[in-house]
Amino acid sequence: MSHFDLTLELNGKKVTRKIPLRSRLLDALRYDFGLTGTKEGCGEGECGACTVLLSGRPVNSCLVLARQAEGCKVETVESTSTETLRRLNATGTSQCGACTPGIVMTARWLCDNPQTLDLMSLREFMSGNLCRCTGYDGVLSGIECLLDQEEGES
Amino acid sequence: MSLDRVDGLDKLSGKSAFVDDLTVPGCLFGGTIRSPVARGRIRKIHFSTAVDWSDFVIVDHRDIPGSNEVALIESDQPALASTNVRHLHEPVLLLAHSKLHRLREGLRSIRVEIEAAPPLFDVEAQPTKEMLQHGSDNVFKRIDIRKGDPASVFAKASRVIEGTYRTGSQEHVYLETQGMIAHQEGETLVVRGSMQCPYYILDALTIAFDRPKERFRVIQCPLGGGFGGKEEYPSVVAIHAALLAEKAGRPVKIIYDRQEDMAVTTKRHPSRVRHRTAVDDDGIILAMEIDILFDGGAYVTLSPVVLSRGTLHATGPYRCDHVHVHGEAKLTNSPPYGAFRGFGAPQTLFAIERHMDVIARDLGLDPGELRRRNLLCQGDTLATGQKVQDGVDLTALLARGEELAGVSLATQEYAAFNRSHPYLRRGVGRATFYHGAGFTGSGETHLASEVWVEGLADGRVRLLTAQTDMGQGTMTILAQIAGETLSVDPRSIEVVTPDTSLVPNSGPTVASRTAMVVGKLIEDGCRELQRILDSGSGPPSGKDFQNALELHHRENPGDLLRVSRSYQTPPGQNWDEVSYQGDAYACYSWAAHLAHVEVDLRTFQVRVTDYVALQEVGRVLNEVLARGQIQGGVAQGLGWTLLEEVILENGAMKNHQMMNYIIPGSGDLSPIRVFFEEIPSPSGPGGAKGIGELPLDGPAPAIINAVCHALSASIREIPLTPEVLMEFLGGKE
Ligand code: FES
Ligand code: FES
Repeated sequence: MSHFDLTLELNGKKVTRKIPLRSRLLDALRYDFGLTGTKEGCGEGECGACTVLLSGRPVNSCLVLARQAEGCKVETVESTSTETLRRLNATGTSQCGACTPGIVMTARWLCDNPQTLDLMSLREFMSGNLCRCTGYDGVLSGIECLLDQEEGES
Repeated sequence: MSLDRVDGLDKLSGKSAFVDDLTVPGCLFGGTIRSPVARGRIRKIHFSTAVDWSDFVIVDHRDIPGSNEVALIESDQPALASTNVRHLHEPVLLLAHSKLHRLREGLRSIRVEIEAAPPLFDVEAQPTKEMLQHGSDNVFKRIDIRKGDPASVFAKASRVIEGTYRTGSQEHVYLETQGMIAHQEGETLVVRGSMQCPYYILDALTIAFDRPKERFRVIQCPLGGGFGGKEEYPSVVAIHAALLAEKAGRPVKIIYDRQEDMAVTTKRHPSRVRHRTAVDDDGIILAMEIDILFDGGAYVTLSPVVLSRGTLHATGPYRCDHVHVHGEAKLTNSPPYGAFRGFGAPQTLFAIERHMDVIARDLGLDPGELRRRNLLCQGDTLATGQKVQDGVDLTALLARGEELAGVSLATQEYAAFNRSHPYLRRGVGRATFYHGAGFTGSGETHLASEVWVEGLADGRVRLLTAQTDMGQGTMTILAQIAGETLSVDPRSIEVVTPDTSLVPNSGPTVASRTAMVVGKLIEDGCRELQRILDSGSGPPSGKDFQNALELHHRENPGDLLRVSRSYQTPPGQNWDEVSYQGDAYACYSWAAHLAHVEVDLRTFQVRVTDYVALQEVGRVLNEVLARGQIQGGVAQGLGWTLLEEVILENGAMKNHQMMNYIIPGSGDLSPIRVFFEEIPSPSGPGGAKGIGELPLDGPAPAIINAVCHALSASIREIPLTPEVLMEFLGGKE
């Protein structure tokens, strides 16, 4: 058995593909489901570029076997609202864009779980997503904008 | 104004397709077999009999149709080693296969047998005869800059202060690794991928294949970061992919994984800089003697020009009538060191800026005061004789920086704090420096960059340049410059993605030259377009411009309204390449950076608690992008200073993975506070100057000066990792 059928609830849609048994979730998303928004920065769980939401939790998709995601809800950067993107763009959250999809997904999770910031600062919270371009200030103010907006709405 | 990044939404949504995101039907995966030793003679290549090689594409040096070289300044670097290897991981053989896992199996099943020769790893050692591998002395480039008569000043000087400073290498860690796809399109070899300089690749291909330029097309994909790491190295990957694609008769994609990328690609040149300085009792600098040594690695590549920039920044922004700067870049059997943001200047600026604090300490002077007594004023000359005339007041710049960073209060508070705290020590440090914008010397004249500005029938404008956007915002800035010149919405300006079959050669995207040099050509081109469309009532702008453009096309159907603009050396700018005298750069950007640190004597960790980056970069074109450049550069510089240690084994990076090569995360940094002084410069569009590399120059000296202040110590080497600091403080077991 070198392949198996992987079914995901991917960005709100149920999809199935035959994929190699050895695939990481990252490979399945990029090469089998054709969603190349999720990037590979290191392939060893260090950089966070490959972050997606698996059953609502942020994971490094380079460290998850595709099989572990069987039947699960997976959300990737492609499902981000334009309004969120626009707010992040205004502060300089992205320069080259290679770390960015992972940062966007981590930020989205934080917006859904803002109480996390009672336990740690935004700076500490974001330290699992490495960026070589921005020095993080543009990233952090982008996320602060998102959080402010969420607060305004709730 | 701050136009939001024009490509920002595509980057944020993941829509921007990097080279590895492209699917090419029928594409093979390519990989590289490399030398297992640092130096030697290739004896034999063993293919494991356990593998069926029939469906692999295999390329070696005999498949190279033209000259076996990666053409750059010299031609010493082979595209694929034929007889000798000069560094670990040197490419020897290429493989391609339609299945990635089969390719990996193939790569594991080939052994290169080499008769090893003794490698040279210590650039400071005098090479013995058997170590000679380049010319008569392994020196790639030697540069001397002379001013006045330093020897006679030193002979009379009552006070001479010496210091030797060293900096380690640094890996770029652009988040997107190197990659290239090549395929045949009729008679043309098409190469697309991650690159800063499409025309460098085009030149390298024409030489390796011995074919005219027209037979190649080089296309830039969106870049996931460059920082200089995608200046010269992509030519290697491009030649390899093209060789495989031609032999296979099918498209071939080569993507380095992170470990391969970190192990084999270029890095920042390690340096050793010696200072001898004659000063009087008031701390006035009388004469400087500076001796620079850069480790160039195994081939010449860009080392001569990196050294050039290093020597030209070595004196720092100080007035001195008697100077001798001597620089050498020499061979070792390490993978070639290459372009990295700052390009030799961060190394020599670390040395001079640390040395200034050493001098201050020796004289019992405040380091800020010592600088104030020596900073260049308008009309003073640099070591090359170039007159400073940017209008910047460096003394005021430093004073403002010190005020923004609260230096005087902090100095008092830290003295009391350090006396009483059991294990924390606080300090503040500064660095004043400059960075020459654009190519060195007559480089821009030789490049003769060309841009095209086209007025389209629908009233829009299209810009064609070879400038790549690696995250720094080229597309946005060029659109903004054109938009502002014509008073039209910059979002209506089309910036064409570099493709050598479409765009003119406006030079490489390096040396902080894009906004300033190419931007200026775009500004001129737009003005020319306005002149052409002027119907007598003055050059049209805004809506009038668009109307005039549409009218022109209605009256001249099918006309290609294209304006070409080429770089002209500004009148009065002279440079002598032999004597190193004259105007080394069209203009300079200036800065004062200040760092506050806290050192934990239990863990030997240094934390930068506040960082003020104040700079004069001419007019700031786009506040958000400019701030992002400074903050990103400071973060990268902080990494080089405190965290990033390239550990060499057999001359190459041993810790070639992100797990054990530590780049700064958000938690390692405090907010980086950015401030600008704006003195419009005649060199760039709307008064702008270069900005991209400047921020890399400040962090190392500012932070280490702060650590030395905190500890009353004199540290002269980076990176200052906790382990190094522990040893330095005598905490050896
Ligand atoms: S690619 Fe998954 S953490 Fe870096
Ligand atoms: S934007 Fe380039 S790595 Fe973060």
